[in-house]
Amino acid sequence: MKYLTAVILTIILGLAPLSAQEIEKIGIPDLERILASPENQLHVVNFWATWCPPCVTELPHFDKLATEYRGKGVKFILVSLDFPSQIDSKLIPFLEKNKITADVRVMTNLDYNSWIDKVDAGWQGNIPVTLFFNNAKKTRYFHPSEVTEKELRELITRHK
Amino acid sequence: MKKYLFITLAALMMAGLLNAQSQYKAGDIAADFKLTNVKGEMISLAEYKDADGFIVAFWCNTCPVVKKYDQRLQDLHAKYAPKGYPVVAINPNDPALSPGDSFEKMKETAANKNYSFDYLFDDTQEVARRYGATNTPHIYILSWRDGKLVVEYVGAIDNNADDGSVADKKYAEDALESILEGRPVKVAGTKAVGCTIKWKKG
Repeated sequence: MKYLTAVILTIILGLAPLSAQEIEKIGIPDLERILASPENQLHVVNFWATWCPPCVTELPHFDKLATEYRGKGVKFILVSLDFPSQIDSKLIPFLEKNKITADVRVMTNLDYNSWIDKVDAGWQGNIPVTLFFNNAKKTRYFHPSEVTEKELRELITRHK
Repeated sequence: MKKYLFITLAALMMAGLLNAQSQYKAGDIAADFKLTNVKGEMISLAEYKDADGFIVAFWCNTCPVVKKYDQRLQDLHAKYAPKGYPVVAINPNDPALSPGDSFEKMKETAANKNYSFDYLFDDTQEVARRYGATNTPHIYILSWRDGKLVVEYVGAIDNNADDGSVADKKYAEDALESILEGRPVKVAGTKAVGCTIKWKKG
């Protein structure tokens, strides 16, 4: 019986709409891995949420430049801080509606105090913020507020 | 000599600027203030005759994180106001940038949600700046000691914005329990994700 349920569930899940976006859920160890990435390229890690209007305003700039810089030595990771209870109801519909193709992951550890300082000691918990780094070159810059597309381009050029 | 003096002055000015932007932390003396509540009354902390301290909450009408914490703030007031620590909520957002945070909308929020604590409008944003608040929600627990308001705790209410029932660190409550029992506050500062305060432009 249990086996049958599993088979039926597999079939149902297999038939689920193909358009539904898969989104990678991350915790502190994953975040630490991202921050410690040894790859010799500029990493642009943006922290945002659909409930944050200035984040939503700047997100398309990140998505656009992520496409432009694909394969050109700049890696974008957009870390969403949407509530886990709203991933399916808010985050995924938002990404689909705005056709976001960049690498979006969702941070599911809500014990913010335990990891905010790992990103930057100067981060007060406001969003959006963006971290630019290349560990191979030992470069690092924390941007504590939103950016325009022009500012984002300049920051990438400066830190690349 | 002149050059040296200039550098010293410049350094002092820088320090002053940094200081102005820094945030109250445990042990600091907090400033009292006079702000208007949703009933139109001017309120200062010194006017609360029965209070031994306060749960000052930088708050607003619009932030989804604030909304998540709304019931929890009301619960804190219900539990700790009778023990001498009432909630005093302050909205510092500029309504020009966030129309939902106007004084009129504050009245609506307080009425709809039946706030039993004072909900004040920091229309000049001076209080938020002085306290170093950065986000809503942002909590400051203060105690009266020898006529001064001593900062006991700064940060989040607990460690799960999405669902308080699964939060396993209740920072604000733990701090208040310690204070009421005369013990030192173990975790006197935390960081939390919230909505950036909408500072006036220019």
